Amino acid sequence: MDGRVIAAESKPWQNPSAQPFISLRGVTKRFGNFTAVSEVDLDIYRSELFCLLGESGCGKSTLLRMLAGFELPTTGSIRIDGEDMARVPPDRRPTNMMFQSYALFPHMTVEKNVAYGLLREGLKKSQAYERARDMLRMVKLEKLARRKPDQLSGGQRQRVALARSLVKHPKLLLLDEPLGALDKKLREETQFELIKIQETLGVTFIVVTHDQDEAMTLATRIGVMKDGVIEQIGEPREIYETPRSRFVADFIGTVNLFGGKVDVAAPDMMRLDLHELGPVLVPPQTGLTHGQTIWGAVRPERFSLSRARPENTQNAWEGVVEEMGYIGHMSQYRIRLANGVLIRVSQSNRLRDEDPISWDENVWVSFNPAAFRVLTE
Amino acid sequence: MRGWFLPLAVLFGFIFLYAPIVSLVVFSFNESRLVTVWGGFSTRWYGELLRDRQILSSAWVSLQVAFWSANLAVIVGTLGAFVLTRFGKFFGRLLLTGMITAPLVMPEVITGLSLLLLFVSMELTLGWPAGRGLTTIIIAHTTFCAAFVAVIAQSRLRSMDESLEEAARDLGAGPVRVFFDVTLPVIAPALVAGWLLAFTLSLDDLVIASFVSGPGASTLPMVIFSKVRLGVSPDVNALATIIIGFVLVAVIIAGWLMRRAAKRDIG
Repeated sequence: MDGRVIAAESKPWQNPSAQPFISLRGVTKRFGNFTAVSEVDLDIYRSELFCLLGESGCGKSTLLRMLAGFELPTTGSIRIDGEDMARVPPDRRPTNMMFQSYALFPHMTVEKNVAYGLLREGLKKSQAYERARDMLRMVKLEKLARRKPDQLSGGQRQRVALARSLVKHPKLLLLDEPLGALDKKLREETQFELIKIQETLGVTFIVVTHDQDEAMTLATRIGVMKDGVIEQIGEPREIYETPRSRFVADFIGTVNLFGGKVDVAAPDMMRLDLHELGPVLVPPQTGLTHGQTIWGAVRPERFSLSRARPENTQNAWEGVVEEMGYIGHMSQYRIRLANGVLIRVSQSNRLRDEDPISWDENVWVSFNPAAFRVLTE
Repeated sequence: MRGWFLPLAVLFGFIFLYAPIVSLVVFSFNESRLVTVWGGFSTRWYGELLRDRQILSSAWVSLQVAFWSANLAVIVGTLGAFVLTRFGKFFGRLLLTGMITAPLVMPEVITGLSLLLLFVSMELTLGWPAGRGLTTIIIAHTTFCAAFVAVIAQSRLRSMDESLEEAARDLGAGPVRVFFDVTLPVIAPALVAGWLLAFTLSLDDLVIASFVSGPGASTLPMVIFSKVRLGVSPDVNALATIIIGFVLVAVIIAGWLMRRAAKRDIG
């Protein structure tokens, strides 16, 4: 991960004077009465690996297809590298796409598939095939150059598709669920390979995925989409730690959500009154007023479990371990509080010979006030 | 019940379909001049057939017609299918859909008659086609064969992964290039099957050809039909057997190509 200097470490999105490489303004796409993408504003910077994350039907693929030029926005503008894309057909755009189905030409060999784009560019046959072979070497497939796509495994096809979409050195590479068809182990390996390739070539990547782990691993920034709207844009850590809405908090990872009201909102202390937990003390936060409806989100790993009541905090509740699942590096618990509320807690297993909390034990659940995220949407 | 019913049904089905053909093939090797009396095995009528100028020349006409109308039907049918599957909604789409498949359900007598009227009035107003003959039969056969090709090509185009075409676009090919580089090769097996089907349909047609042909351009079915009217002669059996052989081979190849294409789709 240390090689990702280009975008991940310079963080151009934090610099207001940085020039975005791709800029979408008010982009809307309607199919008849259905609005697939609604008023999207989005800036993506050079050499970013941006993930569009959302459930199927949230409009993420439509957004990608508009960048590739297969769909035209109903309203709004798309600029890539300063150039307005409204009248540029897909074959003239500085973008290439890796399709979810890979879309390898079944009647061409692997090397022909990869060389196809170069030949269309007007490159000489010998040069095109040489560059195609270089690219195949990069994805470690040079030995299979003469095979047809139906003689390859799923993982090999995925790499051919990647090679084909990268061989023209596009300014922007669009990847539609690039790892969706691979099994779990291969997917994890390929994730890091993808990052490495992206770093080496410095190409800007936009990846569409519904897999939050994939987005968290790959992305410099994530855009979480729902119903055609981007709910939140941010770095993986930002999205996880400070989700802006209940949807984002719930969609990314596991979360305990509580509903309630602001009880006291003073500059030096804030008390919330939650339906599930009663009064809770949290660090003061601006923009909240007495009586305002809020939701609270706490990640399972931010809770602590103990057999004795913790002394240094008021935010502690007594409950019983109802379920426990040992996963190896961590254990997951479901704690039933006295008032019937169920809380999900996970604890990492640091020591091999500790005496773990187990089923039906009476435990105290507590959290550090800083772990509590107040949501207003 | 299922134990004996199914094989029996299959057996009766096959007898119903193929008994006439089998008897025709058997009697084509009959020595006797009388069609219905077995006079011993002989290939005499095949020899006789080869000396029959009229039948040979009409067979040549039929092959020419079938070849050219199959070619044209594949072109027209593919274009029609492509427009219907890839151009989305456009003005007159429904009409075109109906018109392309109309020849499939239209009685042949009506197709033949309407084409005859068209050719006559075209000759009167445009001066082309001058008279009726090979050209008019080819045109007529193209129209109804194109319908069959269009149906086959449409189903293939629908089942084809459209992202293949998008991928080619994305890699820098214009729409025409995409059609020839990707679409055509991918649907090629279906088009070959369509060609073979068109070829056999054209070879087989009697009604439409009778309407639109002129002197000097009699197709094989027309000649056979006129011969049979004067009484069935054994050399017609021999001829029919040869035709069955051809059609059988063509149908087997077409079926094999379609199955291979379908398999490649899944894999």
